[in-house]
Amino acid sequence: MTKTTDPVAINDWQVIGRIDDFLKGQPKQTRLLGQSLVAERHKNGDIKVHEISELGETLRSCPVQEKFGHVWTTLGKPKRELFDIPEFQQIDRKYVGCGGVMAKASALRVVENFLDIGHFPYVHTDFLGSEPLTEVKDYKAEIRIDVDEVWADEISFHQDKAMLSATGGKAVEYMYRVVSPFNTVLYKTCPEKPEEWDIIGLFAQPLEENLCRVYAFMLVFDSQNTETDLIHFQQMIFFQDIIILENQLPVGVPLYDGAERSIKADKTQLQFRKWLKQKGLQFGTDQET
Amino acid sequence: MSSKPNTQKGLYLYDYILSGNCYKVRLFLSFLQLDHELIPIDFFPGFEHKQTEFLELNPLGQIPVLMDDGFVLPDAQAILVYLAAKYDSTEAWYPKDPKLQGRITQWLAFADSITGSCSAARLHDKLGFKLNIEQARKEGRKNLRLLDDHLVENKIVGKDWLVLNRPTIADIACFPYVALAEEGGISLNDYPAARSWINRFKKLPQFIVMPGIPPLHGMKNNEGKFLNQEGLCFS
Repeated sequence: MTKTTDPVAINDWQVIGRIDDFLKGQPKQTRLLGQSLVAERHKNGDIKVHEISELGETLRSCPVQEKFGHVWTTLGKPKRELFDIPEFQQIDRKYVGCGGVMAKASALRVVENFLDIGHFPYVHTDFLGSEPLTEVKDYKAEIRIDVDEVWADEISFHQDKAMLSATGGKAVEYMYRVVSPFNTVLYKTCPEKPEEWDIIGLFAQPLEENLCRVYAFMLVFDSQNTETDLIHFQQMIFFQDIIILENQLPVGVPLYDGAERSIKADKTQLQFRKWLKQKGLQFGTDQET
Repeated sequence: MSSKPNTQKGLYLYDYILSGNCYKVRLFLSFLQLDHELIPIDFFPGFEHKQTEFLELNPLGQIPVLMDDGFVLPDAQAILVYLAAKYDSTEAWYPKDPKLQGRITQWLAFADSITGSCSAARLHDKLGFKLNIEQARKEGRKNLRLLDDHLVENKIVGKDWLVLNRPTIADIACFPYVALAEEGGISLNDYPAARSWINRFKKLPQFIVMPGIPPLHGMKNNEGKFLNQEGLCFS
Protein backbone atom coordinates (compact mmCIF):
# COMPACT_ATOMS: atom_id res chain seq x y z
CA MET A 1 0.00 0.00 0.00
CA THR A 2 0.96 3.65 -0.13
CA LYS A 3 1.38 6.21 2.64
CA THR A 4 -1.78 6.78 4.58
CA THR A 5 -3.69 10.02 4.24
CA ASP A 6 -4.93 9.76 7.83
CA PRO A 7 -3.82 13.07 9.44
CA VAL A 8 -4.25 11.71 12.97
CA ALA A 9 -1.79 8.87 12.44
CA ILE A 10 0.57 11.04 10.38
CA ASN A 11 0.75 13.88 12.90
CA ASP A 12 1.80 11.72 15.82
CA TRP A 13 5.02 10.12 17.07
CA GLN A 14 5.42 6.46 16.10
CA VAL A 15 8.01 3.88 17.09
CA ILE A 16 10.33 2.48 14.39
CA GLY A 17 12.70 0.25 16.36
CA ARG A 18 14.78 -0.32 19.45
CA ILE A 19 17.70 2.05 20.02
CA ASP A 20 20.02 -0.99 19.76
CA ASP A 21 18.62 -1.85 16.31
CA PHE A 22 20.39 1.12 14.71
CA LEU A 23 24.15 0.76 14.49
CA LYS A 24 26.55 3.23 12.86
CA GLY A 25 26.95 2.73 9.14
CA GLN A 26 24.16 0.17 8.89
CA PRO A 27 21.16 1.90 7.30
CA LYS A 28 17.92 0.05 7.86
CA GLN A 29 14.80 0.13 5.78
CA THR A 30 11.42 -0.10 7.43
CA ARG A 31 7.77 0.81 6.91
CA LEU A 32 5.50 3.16 8.77
CA LEU A 33 1.84 3.81 7.99
CA GLY A 34 2.28 2.42 4.48
CA GLN A 35 5.38 4.55 3.81
CA SER A 36 8.92 3.22 3.25
CA LEU A 37 11.59 4.76 5.45
CA VAL A 38 15.33 4.46 5.76
CA ALA A 39 16.99 5.10 9.12
CA GLU A 40 20.72 5.39 9.69
CA ARG A 41 22.89 6.20 12.68
CA HIS A 42 25.58 8.65 11.57
CA LYS A 43 29.15 8.99 12.84
CA ASN A 44 28.15 11.65 15.40
CA GLY A 45 25.65 9.19 16.89
CA ASP A 46 22.50 10.89 15.58
CA ILE A 47 19.90 8.87 13.76
CA LYS A 48 18.55 10.33 10.51
CA VAL A 49 15.26 9.09 9.12
CA HIS A 50 14.04 9.71 5.57
CA GLU A 51 10.92 8.82 3.68
CA ILE A 52 11.93 7.08 0.46
CA SER A 53 10.10 6.29 -2.76
CA GLU A 54 9.50 2.78 -4.05
CA LEU A 55 12.63 3.26 -6.19
CA GLY A 56 14.66 4.16 -3.11
CA GLU A 57 14.95 7.91 -3.78
CA THR A 58 15.06 10.13 -0.71
CA LEU A 59 11.86 12.16 -0.44
CA ARG A 60 11.98 14.08 2.84
CA SER A 61 13.63 13.91 6.21
CA CYS A 62 11.64 13.12 9.36
CA PRO A 63 12.14 14.27 12.95
CA VAL A 64 13.68 11.67 15.26
CA GLN A 65 13.96 11.11 18.99
CA GLU A 66 15.38 8.31 21.07
CA LYS A 67 13.36 7.65 24.19
CA PHE A 68 12.19 4.75 26.37
CA GLY A 69 14.75 2.42 24.77
CA HIS A 70 13.23 2.98 21.34
CA VAL A 71 13.48 5.27 18.31
CA TRP A 72 10.53 7.52 17.40
CA THR A 73 9.70 9.44 14.28
CA THR A 74 6.74 11.14 12.64
CA LEU A 75 5.54 11.51 9.07
CA GLY A 76 3.92 14.85 9.87
CA LYS A 77 3.86 17.63 12.45
CA PRO A 78 2.82 16.32 15.88
CA LYS A 79 0.57 18.67 17.81
CA ARG A 80 1.95 17.43 21.10
CA GLU A 81 5.16 16.09 22.60
CA LEU A 82 5.82 12.36 22.79
CA PHE A 83 3.98 10.99 25.86
CA ASP A 84 5.87 10.49 29.08
CA ILE A 85 6.42 7.35 31.14
CA PRO A 86 7.96 8.80 34.31
CA GLU A 87 8.91 5.36 35.67
CA PHE A 88 11.77 5.32 33.14
CA GLN A 89 13.48 7.78 35.55
CA GLN A 90 13.52 5.24 38.39
CA ILE A 91 17.00 3.83 38.02
CA ASP A 92 16.45 0.86 40.35
CA ARG A 93 13.91 -0.62 37.94
CA LYS A 94 15.11 -3.35 35.60
CA TYR A 95 14.48 -2.37 31.97
CA VAL A 96 14.03 -5.23 29.52
CA GLY A 97 13.33 -4.69 25.82
CA CYS A 98 11.86 -7.76 24.18
CA GLY A 99 12.54 -6.88 20.52
CA GLY A 100 10.14 -6.28 17.65
CA VAL A 101 7.75 -9.09 16.82
CA MET A 102 5.50 -8.89 13.77
CA ALA A 103 1.81 -9.67 13.68
CA LYS A 104 -0.43 -9.73 10.60
CA ALA A 105 -2.98 -7.63 12.41
CA SER A 106 -3.95 -4.02 12.90
CA ALA A 107 -1.76 -2.40 15.56
CA LEU A 108 -5.00 -1.26 17.22
CA ARG A 109 -6.15 -4.88 17.60
CA VAL A 110 -2.88 -5.56 19.41
CA VAL A 111 -3.47 -2.66 21.79
CA GLU A 112 -7.06 -3.78 22.39
CA ASN A 113 -5.96 -7.33 23.12
CA PHE A 114 -3.42 -5.97 25.60
CA LEU A 115 -6.24 -4.15 27.41
CA ASP A 116 -8.43 -7.25 27.63
CA ILE A 117 -8.48 -9.05 30.96
CA GLY A 118 -11.20 -11.50 29.97
CA HIS A 119 -9.00 -13.63 27.71
CA PHE A 120 -6.33 -14.44 30.31
CA PRO A 121 -7.65 -17.81 31.56
CA TYR A 122 -8.33 -19.07 28.05
CA VAL A 123 -5.29 -17.89 26.09
CA HIS A 124 -2.65 -17.59 28.82
CA THR A 125 -3.77 -20.64 30.79
CA ASP A 126 -1.79 -21.35 33.97
CA PHE A 127 0.10 -18.06 33.64
CA LEU A 128 -2.21 -15.04 33.60
CA GLY A 129 -5.30 -16.99 34.64
CA SER A 130 -7.04 -20.34 34.62
CA GLU A 131 -10.49 -21.84 34.57
CA PRO A 132 -12.80 -21.79 36.44
CA LEU A 133 -11.59 -18.46 37.96
CA THR A 134 -12.60 -16.46 34.90
CA GLU A 135 -14.71 -13.70 36.45
CA VAL A 136 -13.72 -10.14 35.62
CA LYS A 137 -14.89 -8.08 38.59
CA ASP A 138 -16.23 -4.59 37.99
CA TYR A 139 -13.60 -1.92 37.47
CA LYS A 140 -13.27 1.66 36.25
CA ALA A 141 -12.46 2.73 32.68
CA GLU A 142 -12.45 6.31 31.44
CA ILE A 143 -11.10 8.78 28.93
CA ARG A 144 -9.01 11.31 30.87
CA ILE A 145 -9.51 14.51 28.93
CA ASP A 146 -6.80 16.52 30.79
CA VAL A 147 -4.04 14.14 29.65
CA ASP A 148 -5.82 12.81 26.54
CA GLU A 149 -5.33 9.18 27.56
CA VAL A 150 -7.51 6.16 28.27
CA TRP A 151 -7.21 4.73 31.79
CA ALA A 152 -8.62 1.68 33.50
CA ASP A 153 -8.09 0.96 37.18
CA GLU A 154 -9.37 -0.82 40.26
CA ILE A 155 -8.89 -4.07 38.38
CA SER A 156 -8.30 -7.22 40.35
CA PHE A 157 -7.86 -10.63 38.76
CA HIS A 158 -6.82 -14.07 39.91
CA GLN A 159 -3.55 -15.11 38.27
CA ASP A 160 -1.49 -18.27 38.53
CA LYS A 161 1.81 -16.77 37.53
CA ALA A 162 1.27 -13.07 36.97
CA MET A 163 4.96 -12.31 36.64
CA LEU A 164 8.00 -14.51 36.47
CA SER A 165 8.86 -13.36 40.00
CA ALA A 166 5.42 -14.37 41.34
CA THR A 167 5.06 -17.48 43.47
CA GLY A 168 1.69 -19.19 43.65
CA GLY A 169 -1.66 -18.00 42.35
CA LYS A 170 -3.22 -14.85 43.79
CA ALA A 171 -5.32 -11.78 43.10
CA VAL A 172 -3.31 -9.26 41.11
CA GLU A 173 -4.15 -5.56 40.81
CA TYR A 174 -3.95 -3.91 37.42
CA MET A 175 -4.09 -0.44 35.91
CA TYR A 176 -4.05 0.23 32.19
CA ARG A 177 -2.96 3.37 30.43
CA VAL A 178 -3.25 4.04 26.69
CA VAL A 179 -0.83 6.87 26.01
CA SER A 180 -1.43 7.17 22.26
CA PRO A 181 -3.43 5.03 19.83
CA PHE A 182 -0.61 2.56 19.14
CA ASN A 183 1.14 2.67 22.52
CA THR A 184 0.06 1.41 25.90
CA VAL A 185 1.39 0.42 29.32
CA LEU A 186 -0.01 -1.54 32.20
CA TYR A 187 0.77 -1.36 35.89
CA LYS A 188 0.44 -4.49 37.94
CA THR A 189 1.13 -5.66 41.48
CA CYS A 190 4.86 -6.00 41.98
CA PRO A 191 5.52 -9.33 43.73
CA GLU A 192 8.87 -8.11 45.13
CA LYS A 193 7.94 -4.54 46.11
CA PRO A 194 4.28 -4.22 47.13
CA GLU A 195 4.54 -0.41 47.35
CA GLU A 196 5.50 -0.16 43.65
CA TRP A 197 3.91 -1.26 40.40
CA ASP A 198 5.64 -3.38 37.80
CA ILE A 199 5.23 -1.99 34.30
CA ILE A 200 4.76 -3.82 31.03
CA GLY A 201 4.30 -1.87 27.85
CA LEU A 202 3.73 -2.26 24.15
CA PHE A 203 4.91 0.12 21.48
CA ALA A 204 3.29 -0.94 18.20
CA GLN A 205 4.76 0.20 14.88
CA PRO A 206 1.88 0.36 12.40
CA LEU A 207 3.55 -0.87 9.19
CA GLU A 208 0.39 -1.32 7.10
CA GLU A 209 -3.31 -1.31 8.00
CA ASN A 210 -3.11 -5.06 8.63
CA LEU A 211 0.53 -5.50 9.67
CA CYS A 212 2.48 -4.24 12.65
CA ARG A 213 5.66 -4.79 14.59
CA VAL A 214 5.23 -4.87 18.34
CA TYR A 215 7.97 -3.91 20.78
CA ALA A 216 7.20 -5.17 24.28
CA PHE A 217 9.19 -3.93 27.23
CA MET A 218 9.24 -4.31 30.99
CA LEU A 219 10.20 -1.96 33.79
CA VAL A 220 10.18 -4.14 36.83
CA PHE A 221 11.61 -4.81 40.26
CA ASP A 222 12.89 -8.35 39.90
CA SER A 223 16.08 -9.53 41.55
CA GLN A 224 15.46 -13.21 40.82
CA ASN A 225 15.27 -13.51 37.06
CA THR A 226 17.72 -12.77 34.28
CA GLU A 227 16.89 -10.50 31.37
CA THR A 228 16.63 -13.60 29.15
CA ASP A 229 14.15 -15.25 31.54
CA LEU A 230 11.97 -12.14 31.36
CA ILE A 231 12.20 -11.89 27.56
CA HIS A 232 11.18 -15.53 27.19
CA PHE A 233 8.20 -15.02 29.51
CA GLN A 234 6.97 -11.93 27.66
CA GLN A 235 7.51 -13.47 24.20
CA MET A 236 5.66 -16.59 25.30
CA ILE A 237 2.66 -14.49 26.34
CA PHE A 238 2.69 -12.51 23.07
CA PHE A 239 2.96 -15.61 20.85
CA GLN A 240 -0.01 -17.11 22.67
CA ASP A 241 -1.94 -14.01 21.55
CA ILE A 242 -0.74 -13.98 17.95
CA ILE A 243 -3.00 -16.82 16.76
CA ILE A 244 -6.01 -14.87 18.01
CA LEU A 245 -4.83 -11.50 16.71
CA GLU A 246 -4.19 -12.77 13.20
CA ASN A 247 -7.64 -14.32 12.93
CA GLN A 248 -9.80 -11.44 14.12
CA LEU A 249 -12.40 -10.11 11.71
CA PRO A 250 -12.83 -7.45 10.58
CA VAL A 251 -9.09 -6.85 10.45
CA GLY A 252 -9.44 -3.19 11.47
CA VAL A 253 -10.91 -2.21 14.82
CA PRO A 254 -14.57 -1.43 14.04
CA LEU A 255 -15.55 2.09 15.09
CA TYR A 256 -19.22 1.97 14.14
CA ASP A 257 -22.14 0.95 16.34
CA GLY A 258 -23.29 -2.62 16.38
CA ALA A 259 -20.15 -4.07 14.83
CA GLU A 260 -19.38 -6.32 17.74
CA ARG A 261 -21.24 -7.40 20.84
CA SER A 262 -19.48 -6.32 24.00
CA ILE A 263 -19.83 -7.43 27.60
CA LYS A 264 -19.18 -5.55 30.84
CA ALA A 265 -15.59 -6.80 30.99
CA ASP A 266 -14.89 -4.96 27.70
CA LYS A 267 -15.29 -1.50 29.30
CA THR A 268 -11.71 -0.44 28.58
CA GLN A 269 -11.99 -1.53 24.97
CA LEU A 270 -15.20 0.48 24.59
CA GLN A 271 -13.55 3.61 26.05
CA PHE A 272 -10.57 3.03 23.76
CA ARG A 273 -12.81 2.85 20.69
CA LYS A 274 -14.76 5.92 21.77
CA TRP A 275 -11.47 7.81 22.21
CA LEU A 276 -10.22 6.69 18.77
CA LYS A 277 -13.51 7.83 17.25
CA GLN A 278 -13.24 11.23 18.96
CA LYS A 279 -9.72 11.60 17.59
CA GLY A 280 -10.93 10.65 14.12
CA LEU A 281 -8.22 8.02 13.69
CA GLN A 282 -8.64 5.95 10.56
CA PHE A 283 -5.47 3.87 10.15
CA GLY A 284 -6.05 0.29 11.30
CA THR A 285 -9.77 0.87 11.87
CA ASP A 286 -12.83 -0.47 10.11
CA GLN A 287 -15.28 2.30 9.21
CA GLU A 288 -18.65 1.14 8.02
CA THR A 289 -19.19 2.00 4.38
CA MET B 1 25.23 -17.01 29.28
CA SER B 2 22.27 -16.30 31.47
CA SER B 3 22.71 -19.24 33.82
CA LYS B 4 25.38 -21.80 33.17
CA PRO B 5 25.11 -25.06 35.07
CA ASN B 6 27.43 -25.06 38.09
CA THR B 7 27.84 -28.76 37.91
CA GLN B 8 28.43 -31.25 35.12
CA LYS B 9 25.86 -33.54 36.70
CA GLY B 10 22.34 -33.67 35.28
CA LEU B 11 20.39 -33.01 32.13
CA TYR B 12 20.33 -29.45 30.74
CA LEU B 13 18.75 -28.00 27.63
CA TYR B 14 19.91 -24.71 26.13
CA ASP B 15 16.52 -23.47 25.12
CA TYR B 16 14.53 -20.74 23.39
CA ILE B 17 10.82 -20.64 24.22
CA LEU B 18 9.73 -19.82 20.64
CA SER B 19 11.97 -22.35 18.88
CA GLY B 20 10.21 -25.39 17.40
CA ASN B 21 13.48 -27.29 17.44
CA CYS B 22 13.88 -26.66 21.18
CA TYR B 23 10.21 -27.50 21.71
CA LYS B 24 10.57 -30.93 20.10
CA VAL B 25 13.25 -31.76 22.67
CA ARG B 26 11.13 -30.35 25.53
CA LEU B 27 8.22 -32.43 24.25
CA PHE B 28 10.29 -35.62 24.09
CA LEU B 29 11.72 -34.97 27.57
CA SER B 30 8.12 -34.70 28.75
CA PHE B 31 7.07 -37.93 26.98
CA LEU B 32 10.02 -39.71 28.61
CA GLN B 33 9.30 -37.96 31.94
CA LEU B 34 12.94 -37.01 32.36
CA ASP B 35 13.94 -34.41 34.94
CA HIS B 36 15.87 -31.61 33.32
CA GLU B 37 16.71 -27.95 33.60
CA LEU B 38 16.20 -25.36 30.88
CA ILE B 39 18.90 -22.76 30.25
CA PRO B 40 17.21 -19.89 28.38
CA ILE B 41 19.16 -18.43 25.46
CA ASP B 42 18.38 -14.91 24.24
CA PHE B 43 17.91 -15.99 20.61
CA PHE B 44 15.90 -12.85 19.86
CA PRO B 45 16.51 -9.97 20.08
CA GLY B 46 19.93 -10.71 21.64
CA PHE B 47 21.25 -13.31 19.12
CA GLU B 48 23.08 -14.92 22.04
CA HIS B 49 23.48 -18.13 20.00
CA LYS B 50 25.84 -16.25 17.66
CA GLN B 51 28.07 -14.96 20.47
CA THR B 52 31.45 -16.36 21.51
CA GLU B 53 30.36 -18.08 24.69
CA PHE B 54 27.61 -20.04 22.94
CA LEU B 55 29.75 -20.75 19.86
CA GLU B 56 32.19 -22.57 22.13
CA LEU B 57 29.30 -24.90 22.95
CA ASN B 58 28.06 -25.23 19.38
CA PRO B 59 30.26 -23.75 16.63
CA LEU B 60 27.25 -23.85 14.28
CA GLY B 61 25.54 -21.27 16.47
CA GLN B 62 22.28 -23.18 16.61
CA ILE B 63 19.89 -24.16 19.34
CA PRO B 64 19.01 -26.47 20.99
CA VAL B 65 22.05 -27.95 22.72
CA LEU B 66 21.72 -30.75 25.23
CA MET B 67 24.15 -31.31 28.07
CA ASP B 68 23.92 -34.66 29.82
CA ASP B 69 26.39 -35.18 32.67
CA GLY B 70 28.81 -32.96 30.76
CA PHE B 71 28.24 -34.60 27.37
CA VAL B 72 27.42 -31.78 24.96
CA LEU B 73 25.17 -32.55 22.00
CA PRO B 74 23.81 -30.00 19.52
CA ASP B 75 21.17 -30.64 16.83
CA ALA B 76 17.54 -31.37 17.69
CA GLN B 77 17.38 -34.58 15.65
CA ALA B 78 20.63 -35.92 17.12
CA ILE B 79 19.30 -35.14 20.59
CA LEU B 80 16.08 -37.10 19.93
CA VAL B 81 18.11 -40.13 18.83
CA TYR B 82 20.42 -39.84 21.83
CA LEU B 83 17.62 -39.47 24.38
CA ALA B 84 15.68 -42.40 22.89
CA ALA B 85 18.76 -44.63 22.79
CA LYS B 86 19.82 -43.76 26.30
CA TYR B 87 16.60 -43.31 28.25
CA ASP B 88 13.74 -45.09 26.47
CA SER B 89 14.00 -48.61 27.91
CA THR B 90 10.75 -49.60 26.14
CA GLU B 91 12.41 -48.88 22.78
CA ALA B 92 9.04 -47.58 21.61
CA TRP B 93 10.27 -44.23 20.24
CA TYR B 94 13.28 -45.53 18.29
CA PRO B 95 12.92 -49.31 17.93
CA LYS B 96 16.08 -51.39 17.56
CA ASP B 97 15.23 -52.62 14.08
CA PRO B 98 17.51 -51.69 11.18
CA LYS B 99 14.72 -51.06 8.71
CA LEU B 100 12.67 -49.01 11.14
CA GLN B 101 15.72 -47.02 12.18
CA GLY B 102 16.42 -46.35 8.51
CA ARG B 103 12.85 -45.14 7.96
CA ILE B 104 12.91 -42.97 11.07
CA THR B 105 16.23 -41.41 10.05
CA GLN B 106 14.69 -40.55 6.68
CA TRP B 107 12.07 -38.47 8.51
CA LEU B 108 14.67 -36.93 10.81
CA ALA B 109 16.43 -35.61 7.73
CA PHE B 110 13.10 -34.50 6.30
CA ALA B 111 12.49 -32.54 9.51
CA ASP B 112 15.49 -30.40 8.57
CA SER B 113 13.83 -29.60 5.23
CA ILE B 114 10.73 -28.50 7.14
CA THR B 115 12.94 -26.30 9.33
CA GLY B 116 14.61 -24.83 6.23
CA SER B 117 11.25 -23.91 4.72
CA CYS B 118 8.34 -23.63 7.18
CA SER B 119 10.50 -22.40 10.06
CA ALA B 120 12.36 -19.98 7.81
CA ALA B 121 9.05 -18.49 6.64
CA ARG B 122 8.01 -18.07 10.27
CA LEU B 123 11.27 -16.33 11.20
CA HIS B 124 10.66 -13.94 8.31
CA ASP B 125 7.04 -13.24 9.16
CA LYS B 126 7.35 -13.03 12.91
CA LEU B 127 10.88 -11.89 13.75
CA GLY B 128 11.64 -9.98 10.54
CA PHE B 129 14.54 -12.17 9.33
CA LYS B 130 15.69 -11.25 5.83
CA LEU B 131 15.24 -14.15 3.40
CA ASN B 132 13.41 -15.14 0.23
CA ILE B 133 9.93 -15.56 1.67
CA GLU B 134 8.21 -16.76 -1.50
CA GLN B 135 10.82 -19.49 -1.95
CA ALA B 136 10.54 -20.53 1.71
CA ARG B 137 6.74 -20.81 1.53
CA LYS B 138 6.88 -22.68 -1.78
CA GLU B 139 9.33 -25.23 -0.33
CA GLY B 140 7.25 -25.41 2.83
CA ARG B 141 4.08 -26.24 0.88
CA LYS B 142 5.97 -28.88 -1.11
CA ASN B 143 7.15 -30.52 2.12
CA LEU B 144 3.69 -30.36 3.67
CA ARG B 145 2.18 -31.97 0.55
CA LEU B 146 4.65 -34.82 0.86
CA LEU B 147 3.98 -35.32 4.56
CA ASP B 148 0.21 -35.07 4.13
CA ASP B 149 0.18 -37.59 1.25
CA HIS B 150 2.30 -39.97 3.28
CA LEU B 151 -0.09 -39.74 6.24
CA VAL B 152 -3.04 -40.45 3.92
CA GLU B 153 -1.30 -43.53 2.49
CA ASN B 154 -0.43 -44.73 5.99
CA LYS B 155 -4.03 -44.28 7.10
CA ILE B 156 -5.17 -46.61 4.32
CA VAL B 157 -2.98 -49.38 5.74
CA GLY B 158 -4.09 -48.58 9.29
CA LYS B 159 -1.16 -46.46 10.46
CA ASP B 160 -1.87 -43.17 12.26
CA TRP B 161 1.74 -41.98 12.41
CA LEU B 162 4.66 -41.46 10.04
CA VAL B 163 6.40 -44.81 10.52
CA LEU B 164 4.33 -47.05 12.78
CA ASN B 165 0.85 -47.16 14.23
CA ARG B 166 2.23 -45.26 17.21
CA PRO B 167 4.40 -42.18 17.41
CA THR B 168 8.18 -42.42 17.07
CA ILE B 169 10.86 -39.75 17.15
CA ALA B 170 10.18 -39.35 13.40
CA ASP B 171 6.83 -37.79 14.30
CA ILE B 172 8.28 -35.63 17.08
CA ALA B 173 10.99 -34.29 14.74
CA CYS B 174 8.47 -33.20 12.08
CA PHE B 175 5.66 -32.02 14.34
CA PRO B 176 6.58 -28.52 15.63
CA TYR B 177 7.20 -26.61 12.40
CA VAL B 178 4.22 -28.27 10.71
CA ALA B 179 2.01 -27.19 13.60
CA LEU B 180 3.52 -23.66 13.48
CA ALA B 181 3.34 -23.30 9.66
CA GLU B 182 0.56 -20.71 9.73
CA GLU B 183 2.83 -18.31 11.64
CA GLY B 184 4.91 -18.27 8.45
CA GLY B 185 1.92 -17.54 6.23
CA ILE B 186 1.46 -21.18 5.13
CA SER B 187 -2.16 -22.21 5.63
CA LEU B 188 -2.79 -25.77 6.79
CA ASN B 189 -6.21 -25.84 5.09
CA ASP B 190 -4.89 -27.93 2.22
CA TYR B 191 -3.34 -30.57 4.49
CA PRO B 192 -6.21 -32.29 6.38
CA ALA B 193 -4.23 -35.45 7.20
CA ALA B 194 -1.50 -33.33 8.75
CA ARG B 195 -4.11 -31.42 10.77
CA SER B 196 -5.55 -34.69 12.14
CA TRP B 197 -2.01 -35.84 12.94
CA ILE B 198 -1.41 -32.58 14.87
CA ASN B 199 -4.61 -33.20 16.85
CA ARG B 200 -3.54 -36.77 17.61
CA PHE B 201 -0.31 -35.37 19.07
CA LYS B 202 -2.31 -33.13 21.39
CA LYS B 203 -4.14 -36.13 22.81
CA LEU B 204 -0.97 -38.02 23.76
CA PRO B 205 -0.29 -38.49 27.47
CA GLN B 206 2.36 -36.01 28.73
CA PHE B 207 1.82 -33.75 25.71
CA ILE B 208 2.96 -30.20 26.46
CA VAL B 209 2.10 -27.00 24.57
CA MET B 210 4.24 -24.15 23.29
CA PRO B 211 3.19 -20.61 22.28
CA GLY B 212 1.54 -21.04 18.87
CA ILE B 213 0.62 -24.68 19.56
CA PRO B 214 -2.35 -24.45 21.92
CA PRO B 215 -4.06 -27.46 23.50
CA LEU B 216 -7.08 -28.98 21.78
CA HIS B 217 -10.14 -26.93 22.62
CA GLY B 218 -12.19 -28.51 25.36
CA MET B 219 -9.50 -31.02 26.20
CA LYS B 220 -9.31 -30.02 29.84
CA ASN B 221 -11.37 -31.11 32.79
CA ASN B 222 -12.57 -28.90 35.66
CA GLU B 223 -9.24 -29.07 37.40
CA GLY B 224 -7.54 -27.79 34.28
CA LYS B 225 -5.89 -31.13 33.58
CA PHE B 226 -5.54 -32.25 30.00
CA LEU B 227 -7.52 -35.32 29.03
CA ASN B 228 -6.20 -38.13 26.88
CA GLN B 229 -8.20 -40.09 24.31
CA GLU B 230 -9.78 -42.31 26.92
CA GLY B 231 -10.82 -39.27 28.93
CA LEU B 232 -8.28 -40.07 31.62
CA CYS B 233 -6.43 -37.31 33.37
CA PHE B 234 -2.77 -36.67 32.96
CA SER B 235 -0.76 -33.69 34.08
